[in-house]
Amino acid sequence: MIPFGQAVGEWARERQPLWAEYGLMLRAFRRDWLALVSLSIIIAFIFFAAFAPWLTPYPEQGRGVPNIAERFQPPSRLHPLGTDDLGRDLWARICFGGRTSLSIGFLVVVIAVLIGTPLGAIAGFFGGWVDEVIMRLTDIFLAFPSLLLAIAIAAALGPSFTNAMVAIALTWWPWYTRLVRAQTLSLRERTFIEAARGIGVKEGTIIFRHILPNVMTPVLVQATMDIGSAILTGAAMSFIGLGVQPPTADWGQMVSVGRVYFINAPWFVTFPGLAIFLVSLAFNLLGDSIRDIADPRTRRAVR
Amino acid sequence: MNALLQARQLTKHFSLGGGWWHRRLTVRALEWVDLDIYPGETLGVVGESGCGKTTLGRCLIRLIEPTFGEVFFRGENLLKLDRATLRQRRREFQMVFQNPYLSLDPRMNVLDLVEEPLRAHTDLRGRALADRVTELLERVGLAREHLYRYPHEFSGGQLQRIAIARALALNPVFVVLDEPTSALDVSVQAQILNLLKELQVELGLTYLFISHDLSVVQYISDRIAVMYLGRIVELGTAEQIFSNARHPYTQALLSSTPLPDPQARRSRIILPGDVPSPLNPPPGCSFHPRCFQALPVCATDEPRLIDVGDNHFVACHRVR
Repeated sequence: MIPFGQAVGEWARERQPLWAEYGLMLRAFRRDWLALVSLSIIIAFIFFAAFAPWLTPYPEQGRGVPNIAERFQPPSRLHPLGTDDLGRDLWARICFGGRTSLSIGFLVVVIAVLIGTPLGAIAGFFGGWVDEVIMRLTDIFLAFPSLLLAIAIAAALGPSFTNAMVAIALTWWPWYTRLVRAQTLSLRERTFIEAARGIGVKEGTIIFRHILPNVMTPVLVQATMDIGSAILTGAAMSFIGLGVQPPTADWGQMVSVGRVYFINAPWFVTFPGLAIFLVSLAFNLLGDSIRDIADPRTRRAVR
Repeated sequence: MNALLQARQLTKHFSLGGGWWHRRLTVRALEWVDLDIYPGETLGVVGESGCGKTTLGRCLIRLIEPTFGEVFFRGENLLKLDRATLRQRRREFQMVFQNPYLSLDPRMNVLDLVEEPLRAHTDLRGRALADRVTELLERVGLAREHLYRYPHEFSGGQLQRIAIARALALNPVFVVLDEPTSALDVSVQAQILNLLKELQVELGLTYLFISHDLSVVQYISDRIAVMYLGRIVELGTAEQIFSNARHPYTQALLSSTPLPDPQARRSRIILPGDVPSPLNPPPGCSFHPRCFQALPVCATDEPRLIDVGDNHFVACHRVR
């Protein structure tokens, strides 16, 4: 028994520098089973997309070679997920489609965040005419229906996978600008920003060291939620022929083609749809966890 | 003795509202404040909430732009400096804020927080930087082991120590202490006050100590300025203020502090009414509607701050 009223000694709490902080993040991450499941789902999809030629029974069908003899086969031993309207194995198509869909979803959001976040922080922090110029620019972009604008840009650039991606990203960044600006406006009034000014920290440094880390939370959440929508918008672009060009597989394109055959071949639309759903959900949950882990307060919270 | 910091006719009006059809309202937070602060002293500023004492502190180091007036720091008008020069000058004067929970970035650990001023103004990096941070932390009563912890892991008193370490990192000459103890427990308040006193002697600092707590101000200040509705109504040494208050407002304020002796009784001066709104201050002496010694002249003429002897300044028509 520990004797009553006697000091047992100081808790040794010295913490090591940076790597220990990363270690803490890792520990927090490992405790979070939802995050682990989400990450596994995402890694699995990336893995199957990357190694599609070796992991699918009919790689040439995945690349687009038709196989008319086996049109609309339901799931079977030969075709675990069935076949599509041109008789191609859906498993192969989904694995190959992951290459385009995942890159569209991910890259569109990354580009949009990279353009939108700094602009929003600058607009919110400096205010005045800088804010005015940046916000009117975003208004111009937001004034157009976003899909229509993306179509217009893609049409101007010419139909291709890269152009579709750029076009979607260009319609997407204003949302991040507005989100970040709103956050920055409230942050700007916080005492710790005033304190940094009082110390004589340069304004650029204040944006980088104080504003951006503190706005990353909502941006991260928004970004992970947007990945699913970006995949779907990419699908819409492919559907009207401005995105991924037909023999190449793309989940969104498969959904748009497959929905016509929903009554007779429900598997055709279901499986690519399921892929989009799973990926969006996984990114969403992962984003939630990253938000918690990125914050030093919640990182330390014992679950 | 030459003043380190001189404020002349310092005035700050905040505009409220505006909009399309509402009349613009002006909050007169600070009106015609003249103030000299001498090297090595602690000038206490007392007054009720909303009397403009925080605004005064912020205007003196140009954290907010005064509407009118001049602030000379070592003979140089701070309000005329361009942004880059002002930024460089900031290493000379620092501020400690009221609430350390709000004045420290929750996403930065102690090392980041304390090295921030050093990174902004000096070329110290790496080892030398870490050494300086450790030295500062030890000086304010924290230890090496605290370096990698985040603000939420500390108590209010410890956080205020971190804020003080930040303010002192650049060896400033002047520090504005904006109610540095009012967010803290009483026992911790004393620790922080003593720390501030020690540091002042050791580093030859000059303080502007803002507080609404008279006993705290009495403990730490050499001279005291009493503010009411954006104006300084009385200014003198701690001795002059506490044993020979001349302004009725100061007298009322002093009579409101409890005496430590339970047997002692003192005649309390109860002021009628509330502090008038700084949106619409009364004409003449702003204190006259509540003053127990008001004269007819008080309602029409604004009293000037005049020396009643030994650099004891009072703004009251009664005092001649």
